[in-house]
Amino acid sequence: MRRLLNTLYVTLPDAYVGAKGETLIIRSDGVKEMQVPIINLESVIVFGYRGVSPDAMQLCIDNHVSLVFLTPYGQFKARITGETKGNVHLRRTQYRWSDNGEQTLLLAKRFLFSKIGNARVSLQRTLRDYPDRVDQDRLKSVLLLLNRQIREINNSQSLDELRGAEGLAARSYFSVVSEQILVNKQGFSFKGRVKRPPTDPVNALLSFLYTLLANDVTHALETVGLDPQVGFLHRDRSGRNSLALDLMEEFRVYFADRTMLTLINRQQIFPDDFVRKESGAYFLKDDARKIVLTEWQQRKRDEIRHPFFDEKIAVGLLPYAQAMLLARYLRGDLDDYPPFFWK
Amino acid sequence: MISGIQHFAFCQRQWALIHIENQWRENVLTTEGNHVHQRVDDSGFDETRGVFRIVRSVPLVSESLRIRGIADMVEFERQSEKCEETVMLDGREGNWKVTPVEYKRGKPKSDDRDIVQLCAQAICLEEMLGVKIACGAIYYAETRRREQVMFSDSLRLRVKTLVAGMRLLYDENRTPRAEYQKHCERCSLISICKPKWSAKGYSKSAAAYVKRFVEGGEDQSDDC
Repeated sequence: MRRLLNTLYVTLPDAYVGAKGETLIIRSDGVKEMQVPIINLESVIVFGYRGVSPDAMQLCIDNHVSLVFLTPYGQFKARITGETKGNVHLRRTQYRWSDNGEQTLLLAKRFLFSKIGNARVSLQRTLRDYPDRVDQDRLKSVLLLLNRQIREINNSQSLDELRGAEGLAARSYFSVVSEQILVNKQGFSFKGRVKRPPTDPVNALLSFLYTLLANDVTHALETVGLDPQVGFLHRDRSGRNSLALDLMEEFRVYFADRTMLTLINRQQIFPDDFVRKESGAYFLKDDARKIVLTEWQQRKRDEIRHPFFDEKIAVGLLPYAQAMLLARYLRGDLDDYPPFFWK
Repeated sequence: MISGIQHFAFCQRQWALIHIENQWRENVLTTEGNHVHQRVDDSGFDETRGVFRIVRSVPLVSESLRIRGIADMVEFERQSEKCEETVMLDGREGNWKVTPVEYKRGKPKSDDRDIVQLCAQAICLEEMLGVKIACGAIYYAETRRREQVMFSDSLRLRVKTLVAGMRLLYDENRTPRAEYQKHCERCSLISICKPKWSAKGYSKSAAAYVKRFVEGGEDQSDDC
């Protein structure tokens, strides 16, 4: 497996990213804040468009480092990529399979098996680690329902049936996420997933983490030569990275939801780390965002044994490993697509 | 295409990954290779030294093999007499013997991948210049030695067979399955190829892995 490289998050309000030789230089107010060799980087994520010099853009493109612009709240704005690389035959297969009902249904099922399976593991872990602090009956009844929905999905004959079963599983899972929040329960009350805009701190945190995850997954798909826009479970919509959303299903709970729980339960993030806008929307404050990013990067350096190919890999490489396995399946090297099952 | 012969002779899958699928991962070995080539690839570096005329980065083509490529270096040596192994050079007097020279990082290989690449270059030069070329040379950076290569009939046949094999896969857009072998560990594409994942006889079935998950749902213990 390849090396896990760093993501450079540029969050300083007046930072300007320039290049010198084979390094990126970040200046704030004209003063050099840091200098990073490009070969140590996987991607550069700039929060808010302040400025990246054409030199720096070219350095990123030449070194296959993805350069992404997000709003200060973490919403995706733009991505700068070089020439489309890789395998046109692979992409053609992807498009053909995306048009093929049978293949689409099979892959959609795989993504959802992983999504719901990993949600199940998350709840089981909470039950195991904090039997006295959670409502066991509630969690157990949701676990039963998740098991049933996995079977439903397995038996589904159409994408609509599948989505129905998934919707039920997702609502049920989110209904007990608040059980997993063990401290500051008042400030971090959570009744369900609300996006665009998030209307409570937990949703704000989740939205931010999902954006980080989406960027990692998109980049992983591009790296193996797949088209992030053409999906299976998620259908084509202009400007939407449907395949990235598909593959993200495998990691939502494992990466984002668990990171949210860790940050809250370890009291790294508090309810007053959020700003409430007049509209009722919640956003992370600047300092808190930094804590989240640090935890996110930390998490990526952990190592696990991959459940399918049984090699130790850095958690941060999981999206890449799954993208590669998906490409393998599309090319006919594997007899099925093995999604990521957290154990 | 000519440079692909060495990949094809080493591993058909490696060749397909690079030349059909456009996948290329730089590793230490290929980076060193680029370094060796920096001077060789400078086509402004042609020179004449005594009886030698040295020309670098020479574009090559063969109609009979339907391949093209670039020779690192072609050496012309002035001969006293004209024969089927000599050519005339534009603007230069005399008869010149033609020797293709290939630059390689590392040392001579146990297989023939470097030799077939050189022989393919020779076949091109023969066609382009209307000359016979009996031998060429490979310079190895690690041993700093020049190895002479004789272009025997059997070597020429081997080149033709390889080119035909490349043509077939290329026309079919087909990447062969991996066959895991010892040499895989030294391949620059191993992290892309993942030969163990798709080798013939690979024991892991992804279908079985998914099936285990779906069926194991109910009694999956919570402490695994």
